[in-house]
Amino acid sequence: MAKTDIPGIPSSEITPEHVYINRRQFMLGLGGLAAAAALAACAAPSSPAPAVGSVATLAPTAGKSTDELGDRLTTYEDVTTYNNYYEFGTDKSDPARQAKNFRTAPWTVQVGGLVNKPATFGVEDLIRLFPPEERIYRLRCVEAWSMVIPWQGFQLNKLLAAVEPTGAAKYVRFETLNDPEQMPGQRNDWYEWPYVEGLRLDEALHDLTLLATGVYGKPALPQNGAPLRLVVPWKYGFKSIKSIVKIDLVAEQPSSLWMVAAPDEYGFYANVNPDVNHPRWSQASERRIGETARRRTLPFNGYAEQVAGLYAGMDLAKFY
Amino acid sequence: MRRLSLPKFARYQLLVHLAALIPLAWLIFDAARGNLGANPIQAVEQRTGKYALILMAASLACTPLNTVTGWRSVLRWRRPLGLYAFVYAALHFLTFLGLDYGFDVGLIWLDVAGKRFILVGAAALAILVALAFTSTGAAMKRMGRRWKQLHRWVYAAGGLVIIHYAWAVKADIRGPLAWGALIAALLALRLPPVRRWFARQRVRRRLQGR
Ligand code: HEM
Repeated sequence: MAKTDIPGIPSSEITPEHVYINRRQFMLGLGGLAAAAALAACAAPSSPAPAVGSVATLAPTAGKSTDELGDRLTTYEDVTTYNNYYEFGTDKSDPARQAKNFRTAPWTVQVGGLVNKPATFGVEDLIRLFPPEERIYRLRCVEAWSMVIPWQGFQLNKLLAAVEPTGAAKYVRFETLNDPEQMPGQRNDWYEWPYVEGLRLDEALHDLTLLATGVYGKPALPQNGAPLRLVVPWKYGFKSIKSIVKIDLVAEQPSSLWMVAAPDEYGFYANVNPDVNHPRWSQASERRIGETARRRTLPFNGYAEQVAGLYAGMDLAKFY
Repeated sequence: MRRLSLPKFARYQLLVHLAALIPLAWLIFDAARGNLGANPIQAVEQRTGKYALILMAASLACTPLNTVTGWRSVLRWRRPLGLYAFVYAALHFLTFLGLDYGFDVGLIWLDVAGKRFILVGAAALAILVALAFTSTGAAMKRMGRRWKQLHRWVYAAGGLVIIHYAWAVKADIRGPLAWGALIAALLALRLPPVRRWFARQRVRRRLQGR
């Protein structure tokens, strides 16, 4: 396994986040621009909305204010209100509203398949066994927007080591909770629920691959995939499956929900790659949430040094 | 200021202009208040696109509305509504060029060359430009029969916009389907047999004295 330099280990000084300011100023700027002075007088700044959810009392904090490339963290407000989580609606603002009462406790994850020691873990057990650390990762959505998010989580390889994959295990298959009562999006049948994702075993064992339980120093909110989600920072966001209930080691490459829904648009690997376009939109550039100008997208979302070796000799245009 | 002694149809005209400008005012208001969400540029892009589509459908609805109801003044709304559809489409395009891509030609080329949904949108916009520039009475006179032929292309633009919309969204195509059905229905109402049927119904109703 590649020895990696892991970004985002918490520093001793905890800086509270004041980054709301940035976006407000930008929005007011945009407003003023569009209004062409006509309505500029209406631009009364309102105070930032308080965080939603039961953990709202904790202030969002992060060990650093930037990622290892010096890019600023996306505000907690944006991280918790602009989400793709189709189980809770297709609009970005739907999950924050529709997932408000989602029950994330008690919660267990069944880990099995081709392993010597299959087990079912409560989320509290996982947090006790594998104490979460902070990781500041870029998240690049296939829709060409991105964020920088401080996660709390533990390396998936620690959990996998505990269940001891057998020699036959080649892939890891993940599954989200299937509960149409709580997840209104699952009541339509456009997709083959529940959400399924997969990684090749070496990808799953990579030190960057995280199981996250928290965001900004607080327990994750449901719209961010609470209580347990995958974070694979060099792949498009949809690979990072949310609210996981089942992890299986398997021999064959699993078919993800998106591969089934649109095979010509979504492949198994889904590595961030500015040179391989989605058939309907380009991947050459992206908008970082909170910024005005577009940025060029980096190969492997800026983690090429750590992960490119996993794909040595592979035609990434074919295995997209 | 002159007293409000405008002829009735002029008052309706004024209403059309006001109604067509409401979405723009609303957008500016939301932008000024910082109410456009975490991705405000995308919000402006989507909303101007949506408004262009709505006004296009409204313009396309005028003739069928006249066919069904026999109401004549509705025909006078067709042109202003069509022109506003063009205005919103132009704003949508400018948002794309300026706000979204900062007029960075290299980046735009990299991002859109061969992107089918952009090409389709551009084709629709090209039609709207042609229609807008020939929308004057003078152009109508000068072009004679050809004017009508040219302006039938608005339905092609409608179809292209629906495809553009369907390809722009990731998965949930209920919106494009609904708008597509509406535009198809409006087109159906223009087919000569359908028009004649409605015309006969109107005559019959009048003969029956109601
Ligand atoms: C060269 C011309 C055009 C360009 C470059 C363009 C660009 C775009 C882009 C980039 C989007 C996607 C926004 C997003 O979801 O991120 C979009 C969506 C859309 N556009 Fe266009 N467009 C063009 C022409 C038009 C025209 C002429 C119309 C209508 C008359 C139109 C109506 C729409 C609609 C309805 C949407 C979907 C909005 C939504 O998701 O709610 N576009 N366009």
